[in-house]
This record gives sequence, C-alpha cells and structure tokens, in this order.
Amino acid sequence: MSNLYTRNIIRFITLIFFQVLVLNNMNLGGYINPYIYILFILLLPATINKSLLLIMAFVTGLTIDYFGNTLGLHAAATVLLAFARPGILNFFFPNMEFSSEEEPNITKLKPGGFLKYTLVLVFIHHSVLFFLEVFSFDGFLSTIYRIALSTLVTTLMIMIITLIFTPRKKKKI
Amino acid sequence: MRNLIVFLWKHQFFVLFIILESISLTFLFNSYSYHRSLAFNSVNDITGTIYLSYSNVTDYFGLKNENEKLTNENAFLRNLIRPINSESDTLFSVHQDSQYFYRTAKVVSNSVNKQNNYVLLNKGGDYGIKPEMGVISSSGIAGIVIGVSPDFSYVMSLLHQNCRISARIKKNNHLVNVLWDGNNYKEGMVVDIPSHIELHKGDSIVSSGNSLIFPEGILIGRVNEHTQSANKDLSEAVIEFSTDFNSLQNVYIIENLTKTEADTLVSAFPN
Repeated sequence: MSNLYTRNIIRFITLIFFQVLVLNNMNLGGYINPYIYILFILLLPATINKSLLLIMAFVTGLTIDYFGNTLGLHAAATVLLAFARPGILNFFFPNMEFSSEEEPNITKLKPGGFLKYTLVLVFIHHSVLFFLEVFSFDGFLSTIYRIALSTLVTTLMIMIITLIFTPRKKKKI
Repeated sequence: MRNLIVFLWKHQFFVLFIILESISLTFLFNSYSYHRSLAFNSVNDITGTIYLSYSNVTDYFGLKNENEKLTNENAFLRNLIRPINSESDTLFSVHQDSQYFYRTAKVVSNSVNKQNNYVLLNKGGDYGIKPEMGVISSSGIAGIVIGVSPDFSYVMSLLHQNCRISARIKKNNHLVNVLWDGNNYKEGMVVDIPSHIELHKGDSIVSSGNSLIFPEGILIGRVNEHTQSANKDLSEAVIEFSTDFNSLQNVYIIENLTKTEADTLVSAFPN
C-alpha cells in the first residue's frame, strides 16, 4: 500500500523536476517541446477513481504552469488527457483485467500496446496544449507541425524512460 | 433539487471534468491580456529559489562565453571614456545625463521556445526594481519587467505575443513598432512602416524613447528583409534581433527617473 504512494510521489517529483529544469530549457529548433511529465498521469493505477484521476491531473498541470508562468495552459491540457484516459484504455484493451493498484505499464500492456496508448494520449494532450498556447488558427500548419514533431519526441522519450526503468523479467532457462 | 444532486453525483466524472477545465481556461484567458499579466503572475520565492540553485550549477558551463562578452563590453565602455563628447554609434553613449539609472542583474531562468516567453532575474523589489522598467542586454533590448518579489523580478521577454516596442528606423527617424510573430527566436517583425520608406538589409532599428521605458536609441535589431506591398499604406519587415535571447545571462534593468513625473502630467489631461 505505502509502496504505491511512495512510488507515485517519487515519480511525480522526479518528472516535474526533469521537465522544469531540463526539458523546458532545451531548445530543439523551436518546433520540438517534449512534455514528458504526463507520464505520471499515464502510469497511475488503471482502477483509480476517475474523479481522483482528474484532480491529480489538474494539480500536475498547475504545478508545471506555476514554474512556467503559463497559468492554466498545462492544467487544461492535462485534465483533458485524464478525461480521455479511461476511454482510451477501454477502447484499446477492452478485455484486459486490471487488479487493484495495477498500473497500465509497459509490462502489462506489452510494448506495442503501451506505444499505442502513449501515442494517442500524448497526441491529444499536445494538440490542446499547442493550440491553446498559440491561441489562434494563424499559422495553422506550423502549429500542426509542432504538434506532430513534439508528439513523436515525447512518445519516444517516454518509451525510452519506461524501458530503462522497467525491471527485466528473469530469462527462463 | 434532490434529483439534480443525484444526477450530478451520477455524472461526477464529467461534471468535475467541466469544472476543472473551466477553472484552467479562466486562468489562461486572464493571463492573455498585457495588463492582467502585470497583475497575475506567479513571481514567488519558491520557484525562484529552485531556479536560482539550478542556475548556480549550470552557470559554470557558460562562463567562458560570458567572460568573453564582459570583456568585449568593458572594451566598449573604455572606448567611450576618451571621446566622450564625440558622437558615436554605440549603445550607452547617448545617456550621459542622469535621467536613466542602470542596475545589473543576472538571468535565473529564461525560455525562447514558447509562444510567450518570460525571463526571471535575480534581483527584485529590495533593489528598487519595479514593474514596467526596461531590461536590456549588452547587445540590445531584452524585455520589460512585469512583476517583482523581494528577491526576484519577472520579465516579459521581447519574445512575447503581448510585447510591442515603439521603435525608430535609425537612418531617417521614422516611428515604427517591433513585435514578435512567435516563430523564430532570432527574428522579429517591424510593422507600421510608412510605404514610401525603403529599408535595406542591415538597417538598424532602435528604440524610440516614446514609451518612457527604454532610453532612446538602444539597438533592437537589424533589417533582414523588407516586403513592400503595393496596395497597403504600411509595410512590414523582418529583423534579426541584436540580443541573442537563448544565451541571455547578464542584463541591465533601466529605471527612468522621470517616468512618474511624465505619467502624472499625462494623466492630468484625459484625452
């Protein structure tokens, strides 16, 4: 039980700091802004109370906003992400059984499934985020371009991070 | 009434979603206007302290470049001492009078890749910094202070959708405006250029001094490309900012000592 809380709190703090101190300072050609802090929301237990999920997403988004002085921007995008998450999980994995506290992680969903799950949710989050940030349909194509590139980079980074931090199963001999 | 509560409780997921989204969007839209962003900004000592300790570490990596810039600037200032009354093409020469007061500050956090970029500086209200003071780097205009806490100040970078700087074309003193289109942090736009004026690559755009925030004649950028349109009264040009926002580290905060006086005078005559 406490293991679940500790793990998620550590994950929250690490991801926020990594996002704010490292990724927000990276300038990859102006078009690519990876936002990997949403991995925290992606990995919350699958059976979590849906309202709690929304509130956690709101708090996460506001924390990022607080550091970037973009009050409301990330909160709006992350709440929408959390709103979409149960539906997406159900859509891609209708028959999958989750025990309580089980995370929809790469081991559970298999690499292919986790990639689908991540890609779709990251795309939803980034679309809202970048359009709200520009707040106009001027330069529509340039915004689309930024969304596409950033979605790819964020997904790639999330896959790499989860692969690094997932304990390997022992090989059967 | 009872039914309503039962209904809301049954659909609590959706209702909560709508509520949280509305709160976020309200925050967001409030922050879109320039005057609101003066009032609603999260300058505070918590995020400031975290950014400060982080930049204490990362500053070491930029020391070499920064030293180079400082020595260049020293050389520049030294050159000014001797021919003090001869007119020169430099940054600080015009302001020998005591109308402007310069304070130095160091950048603690900065961004260039968003649509609205901000800079956090390591000096705040305790050093006499107030909102609406100008910020320049050694190579040109950088932004405007929008909020202060005792130890930090928050600066709206020139790379911000709400930032519009009153400027002059240096060669003929025509008034124009400079803003940023959100694409490339190296390039800005000059708008409101009278159509009979032709700009060439390399023409300097300097601050006009009309806003009482920046002194007159501080370099903003140099023209890259001027597009004349036949049917419009006003044309636009692309400039290359003289400040490299991505490597911004040491800046000067400018206080206009006569600003309050001028503001009082102006506000005494409503229109």
